[in-house]
Amino acid sequence: MSSLIAWIIRAIPFGTIIMYGAMGETVTEKSGNLNLGVPGIMYLGGFAGFASAYFYENSVADPIPLVSILLTLFCCIVASMLGGLIFSFLTITLRANQNVTGLALTTFGMGVANFFGVFILNGKAYSAAPMANAAYIRKIPVLSELGIAGQIVFGYGFLVYAAILLAVLLHWFLNKTRVGLNLRAVGENPATADAAGINVTKYKYLATCIGAAISGIGGLYYVLDYNSGIWATTGQIEALGWLAVALVIFTTWRPLNAIWGAYLFGTLYWLYQFLPSLMGFTVASYVTDLIQMVPYLVTIVVLIVTSLRKKKENQPPEHLGLAYFREER
Amino acid sequence: MSNPVKEPFLRIVKRDEASIARKILVRIAAILFALVLDALFIFFVTGLNPLSVYVVMFQGTFGTSIRFSWAVRDLVSLLCIGIALAPAFKMKFWNIGAEGQVLMGALVTALIMVYLGGKLPGTVLFPVMIVTSIAVGAVWGLIPAFFKAKWKTNETLFTLMMNYVATSFVACAVNIMRGQASSLGKLNMGTKIGWFPQFFGQRYNINILVVVILTFAMFFYLKYTKHGYEITVVGESENTARYAGINVSRVIMRTMAISGAICGLCGLLLVCGRDQTISTSTAGGNGFTAIIVAWLAKFNTFYMALIAFLLIFLQKGAGEIASAYGLNDFASSIISGVILFCILGSEFFVNYRCIFRAGKAAKKSDEQ
Repeated sequence: MSSLIAWIIRAIPFGTIIMYGAMGETVTEKSGNLNLGVPGIMYLGGFAGFASAYFYENSVADPIPLVSILLTLFCCIVASMLGGLIFSFLTITLRANQNVTGLALTTFGMGVANFFGVFILNGKAYSAAPMANAAYIRKIPVLSELGIAGQIVFGYGFLVYAAILLAVLLHWFLNKTRVGLNLRAVGENPATADAAGINVTKYKYLATCIGAAISGIGGLYYVLDYNSGIWATTGQIEALGWLAVALVIFTTWRPLNAIWGAYLFGTLYWLYQFLPSLMGFTVASYVTDLIQMVPYLVTIVVLIVTSLRKKKENQPPEHLGLAYFREER
Repeated sequence: MSNPVKEPFLRIVKRDEASIARKILVRIAAILFALVLDALFIFFVTGLNPLSVYVVMFQGTFGTSIRFSWAVRDLVSLLCIGIALAPAFKMKFWNIGAEGQVLMGALVTALIMVYLGGKLPGTVLFPVMIVTSIAVGAVWGLIPAFFKAKWKTNETLFTLMMNYVATSFVACAVNIMRGQASSLGKLNMGTKIGWFPQFFGQRYNINILVVVILTFAMFFYLKYTKHGYEITVVGESENTARYAGINVSRVIMRTMAISGAICGLCGLLLVCGRDQTISTSTAGGNGFTAIIVAWLAKFNTFYMALIAFLLIFLQKGAGEIASAYGLNDFASSIISGVILFCILGSEFFVNYRCIFRAGKAAKKSDEQ
């Protein structure tokens, strides 16, 4: 029982990271931009948040947690949006190929984050931003102490709940508001949207940059909450970024599905550690290596199944990955 | 001009076909622009004179003969994957899964090396390794191609996921092979069974030779064979291909099998000819970088060699800067990222032209 609880408590924060990444990418893809730079953007966002927290804590005598949260969120969003802006400018204005630009952005973002990350580490094995970490992991005061249920439901930092709220908001935005419907029109058929008087370029730019900002928060959450405020130059964020891209497909481009989808991915990701102890047997470490492929296999199965069923509402945006040029007919 | 419609300040028009001089000029300008951006970055971060930094960078590849040999070794590894990807991308099949296909080829090579190494004579062992690595790579490429051909399953995301499945397999096998040891180390260290022999005192000559042959073969295949023609037509328009009587699904599957097979072979080259070991980072991100190489070269394998060289030169140079000035290796990712952005963006000036309101270009186009 206790290991089941531990499993859930591990899975939900993990899911939250990729949930942010996936929600951001959903917004981007709804505009027809397939941004494979999500890992790079998550790196940028995570790093900007970490760096600002680190400098704030080390330069101010009496750092205030709330200021730290606002500052790190602000820096994270700005840095991620800059990443999104590079992608937008190259693919929308200059009409570069989206897949290739996205991969270059991943290289670039990873490089920038780790380069300056190592700069800040300055020879130390890791560098912590303890106060920002404490601020981010602060649980809901009274509710989280209400036994097991309290622990499972209320025992996380505020970004976990913000993610759920954001998913609901995005669902409402994409399905009920005019702007959201316009955005989807742009992704489905930009020429028609253009003819209807929608400013395709503006929509694509905004969706990509705002999507990048949301994805970037995933990186921030990873560094300041999940990874206890430690900047470690591992490739972990990259793998998470690709998992976020996978989650977008898994949810069939619906933010509400991202909530349970992300937690399911989190559960599957930690399967290798908790399932054996839960079932009361031990497995060799090489088997756990194999179990780690499960989230990816699940995504592949979802991909195949959605393409087999050919249900109209489960398909990717029609013009996903294609640049729009008005004079091209 | 009695036209009451307000002419936009800037109009963008597609070019018919840019001249070769313009293509070259635009790319050189892009690289120079990128180098200026990188110089600014280097200056503001380190305060060093960018020019002297670039000299140090040059040393990264050309400093000593050993360094040059390493640069060539890495160049052929990258180029080999680029060659593998060329037919797939020319067909507009987004094979993001080279990383996984290489890993699978490397994995079976390593397994055969370890478990059949002492049991088979060398003359049998190498052919067995070559055939299985190619076959496994081909199968790994064929799986997403099959679903793409039959049900239009999105290949970009499918191949991407396959990378991680392959990584899991490799992690598992490495875990078994190393047993209690903390790391795997070189395979067959004592006997050197399954290692490529040295030729002319150079360790990497077989790799270089194979990749050079592949460069010519793939160029020929894409440009002068019926298969190559079919790939081009399918890439341009699947409907046209169908009207012309080309079996599109067969072309997709065949091309991806070839693409995967060369990736598998690359895995063999990496294990036998370069690392003599295997890990989850054997492909080392080259599967992704090679996509950019193939794309920028427009699938011409000789341009690919040039672009791969440029990237490797930058990587080595940045590594050299890092060790000379106490920075870190990630500088190379930033520098190559900036260069890639610039080259990608420069394509615009090859394919399109801008017409400013009442500018010279506009008048010229009115006259036409």
